[in-house]
Amino acid sequence: MAAVAEQVTSTGLRSAAVGRNPWALAWRRLRRNRLALAALGLLLLLIVVCLAAPLYAHDVAHDGNVLGPNLNGTTIVGGKVVPVMQEGGGILKLGETPIGPTWDLHHYFLGADNIGRDVAALLLYGGRASLQIGICSALLCCIVATIVALIAGFFGGLTDAILSRLMDVIWAFPVYLLAISLATELLTHSNGIQIGFLHVSATSLWTPTVIIAFIYVPYVYRPVRGQVLSVASKEFVEAAIAQGASNFRLIFSEILPNVVSTVIVLLPLMIATTILTESALSYLSVGVQPPNVSWGTIISDGQDLLYTRPWVSLAPGIMIVLTVLALNVLGDGVRDALDPRAKLRVR
Amino acid sequence: MLTFIIRRTLWTVVVMFVITVVVFFIFFKTPGVDPARALAGRNPSPQTLAEVRAQLGLNRPLLVQYGLMMKRIFITRNLVSYSDQGQLVIPEIFAAAPATLSLVFGAAIIWIVMAIVMGVAAARLRGRIYDPILMILALIGLSAPVFWIGQVANLITQGGLHNSVFSWVPPLGYTSFTVSPLHWFTGLVFPWITLSILYIGFYARVLRANLLEIQTEDYVRTARAKGLSERRVLLRHTLRTSMITFVSLFGLDFGALVGGGAILTEVVFGIHGVGFLTWQALQNLDLPTIMAVVIYGAFFIVLMNALVDIAYAWLDPRVRPA
Amino acid sequence: MADPLLDIRNLKVAFRTDDGLVRAVDGVSLSLYEGETLGIVGESGSGKSVTMMSVMRLITDPNAQFDGEVIYKGTNLMGMSQDQIRSIRGAGISMIFQDPMTSLNPVYKVGWQIEEQIREHEHVSRPAARDRAVELLTAVGIPNARERADAYPHQFSGGMRQRVMIAMAVSCNPDVLIADEPTTALDVTIQAQILSLIKKLKQDFGTAVVLITHDMGVVADMADRIAVMYAGRIIEQGTQRELFYDPQHPYTWGLLGSIARLDRPRPRRLTAIPGLPPSLMQLPVGCAFGERCAHRFERCRETPLLLDRAGPGHLDACHLSAQQKQDVRDRTIHPELVEERP
Ligand SMILES: Nc1ncnc2c1ncn2[C@@H]1O[C@H](COP(=O)(O)OP(=O)(O)OP(=O)(O)O)[C@@H](O)[C@H]1O
Ligand SMILES: [Mg+2]
Repeated sequence: MAAVAEQVTSTGLRSAAVGRNPWALAWRRLRRNRLALAALGLLLLLIVVCLAAPLYAHDVAHDGNVLGPNLNGTTIVGGKVVPVMQEGGGILKLGETPIGPTWDLHHYFLGADNIGRDVAALLLYGGRASLQIGICSALLCCIVATIVALIAGFFGGLTDAILSRLMDVIWAFPVYLLAISLATELLTHSNGIQIGFLHVSATSLWTPTVIIAFIYVPYVYRPVRGQVLSVASKEFVEAAIAQGASNFRLIFSEILPNVVSTVIVLLPLMIATTILTESALSYLSVGVQPPNVSWGTIISDGQDLLYTRPWVSLAPGIMIVLTVLALNVLGDGVRDALDPRAKLRVR
Repeated sequence: MLTFIIRRTLWTVVVMFVITVVVFFIFFKTPGVDPARALAGRNPSPQTLAEVRAQLGLNRPLLVQYGLMMKRIFITRNLVSYSDQGQLVIPEIFAAAPATLSLVFGAAIIWIVMAIVMGVAAARLRGRIYDPILMILALIGLSAPVFWIGQVANLITQGGLHNSVFSWVPPLGYTSFTVSPLHWFTGLVFPWITLSILYIGFYARVLRANLLEIQTEDYVRTARAKGLSERRVLLRHTLRTSMITFVSLFGLDFGALVGGGAILTEVVFGIHGVGFLTWQALQNLDLPTIMAVVIYGAFFIVLMNALVDIAYAWLDPRVRPA
Repeated sequence: MADPLLDIRNLKVAFRTDDGLVRAVDGVSLSLYEGETLGIVGESGSGKSVTMMSVMRLITDPNAQFDGEVIYKGTNLMGMSQDQIRSIRGAGISMIFQDPMTSLNPVYKVGWQIEEQIREHEHVSRPAARDRAVELLTAVGIPNARERADAYPHQFSGGMRQRVMIAMAVSCNPDVLIADEPTTALDVTIQAQILSLIKKLKQDFGTAVVLITHDMGVVADMADRIAVMYAGRIIEQGTQRELFYDPQHPYTWGLLGSIARLDRPRPRRLTAIPGLPPSLMQLPVGCAFGERCAHRFERCRETPLLLDRAGPGHLDACHLSAQQKQDVRDRTIHPELVEERP
């Protein structure tokens, strides 16, 4: 009798250890991963720095606008007032060259770009745009892809076949070319786009956000649909069906919670991808449009100044590398924590 | 196998058809956009507009519009670029193709070799410090925008060091192999490296993960139990199976790059390939060119997809249809 | 008695994990003599596979720690270099595994996989190796062997694949064949065929066999001597007769009670003993089986040694006296037989 009692308690303990909340378990694993924590810290730091842009910019604002041209402006270097655009530059001493980095934390820390804007200020404001577009489009993409995947995986049959083939077609397009065609189409229309009551102006940050979200939908759709299919065939779902649960309830309270972890694993990696894509589109001048700036547009503007004022290009590139690297490391950490034997991978 | 190839080819044709329809709708039927105005270049004259409308049959039924468009792209191949002094678009794309192919082929060789070396080394050195170091390097390669790496490469080779260490690097641009093989090569070295960095990072990571996964397979244990050397186990058993994944990824990426994905590298190094053409078209909002490139690019990718599936069947006897 | 062919001396294998040290094998000593069949039985997780994989040095987990000696033909395998152990794997000692579905490489033809092993250990031409492979495939009962050698593993059934594995294992005339649950993944009828194949090959080649299994029925049929493992240790060892007719350890009684009978469905895993084996990270003080033992008493707090309490060569690790064992045993193993006794 005593033996039986002991046995019960020992198995009880065992299952308590195994059955602990998976999220808590994942969080514990993530917390043990120092590299991932460092990446998370770096990411938060980058976000905070970008949000604090006005703190830096209020010193360099001219005509109340940091992002406007400042061709005739002056600034103070070593106590002397100097013009932002200086005469002669390069070998031929022709035209005007923006001042280089002052390494002074109050103004023109990284110098000016070819229309006299403070590069450091651009970097911070551009970071806001890049991060916003990256995060929003990744979220949008994941949400849309998850909804489509839930519908396809849950209803199966013809619905699934049609949706999956549609995704295959989008998948077949070269990502950048698809984004470029969408962007040019939207940009040629300078009044922006009217979809129902929703008006998106062509220069809005939402244009690249929506385009980028759209082109990556199949990349999230595929793994999530696989997950939906495998969850939908599990006993607890069949039990719920047997109890006569409605489709809506089944999808949202039985299946969705079980695919969320897949989406969460994908999210940081998707943000990394969307930030890179945004910068590429902006570099090609079909992403963020003036007067907005992003890291990509700064690099694009910096191309002309590459040999005279390399910091204009170097600085935003370094920011992108840091951000994307942190996201990738964090993504790896999240994947290892949530699903140690994971097979999920994104480009 | 033959029926498999036929089925796969039919599916390829279907996807290509759907792609043309999708492109047609993007360019001709975006709500609120006048396709004639968009296709006729910047600030078109009324005559040009009328000409475009007539050529593309924009006031005729949808099906006719689609048919006329496809005829111009594939059969008569006389799609005209209005922003570019009436250049014919399709021959231009074909003229640009060799530059793109040179770029992508060279980069592919570098990235395959480097990725295999790094992936295998990391998997073999697992548990030692080299593994995380290699993987962090791979991750950095994966995290840097390719056009920015290109700028950094230009800064180094065309900037201050251009007169000393890198004097052998010609100015930016592409020299055809038929003109000067030497300049073709020296001019492409840095574009090749730049383009391959992202893929080295990606493939090395995938390969390492794949190798580690396969190393736990029962048949690898069997191979060891047979008394094979670690080297042979790795090359003939583990790596051989990894190649199934590797090759299918490679086909897709290669297709995407030739199909226009190399645009960023081409722009930053001034290589006049298909991507560069697209970029120029973007600057002038030259939609006919963009449309043609998108269709040809997508076709190439779909074709590569089909080839990959067939190669896959060849590499993996389990999916090889009898 | 002659020197053993394979002598495992106080082998210990532990794995470092996030949650602590897993002592998978905790001081196992075993001897295998020429031409005999040694059965190793025990529940899932008792360390049978880890023991024999360690003998072959097939455990590649960097977190594994080893201790003890494995003497094969006078040399210690544990101290050998990779190259030395390679020349023994597959040639002196070979192993076949539980799951024939995954044990063959899916991308190579089966004939090639056998040739590969032959050519690794002997300098023979490819055609010669091919002929040997075909001969072996015929010997293990593959019809049309010359054609079937060009088939891929997925074109074979599970039983056929296990035959291929066996052909491969005996291709270099090994002294020792380790069979790790060779039939667990197969159908009952196929199981019998595979076992009789192993028996036949053993007679033909004079190979010594280590047969790992869950199934007491299988060892009854095959083994000359039997070792019973529990939680990484051997808790009873003796000849087949001794184990079946005079079992000493309550755990062995439990195992015997679970032998498949015709009137019951055959269990895949042993379930007849109530409770679960202890965690290998924190073994209980004293006898590891104590928690689940119905005959536990004071002394079980002390770790029992593996001693020949019941006669020379018949070892067990239980504190109960011979008389007590006699009394309780029959009730545990064959409750229905007790009444029949005169
Ligand atoms: N690489 C490893 N890391 C950690 N623990 C391990 C490792 N390999 C084996 N173990 C543990 O060692 C113990 C013994 O495993 P082993 O495979 O030898 O059991 P077994 O007796 O063969 O069981 P089965 O009948 O299921 O094959 C198990 O509890 C297992 O969890
Ligand atoms: Mg086992």
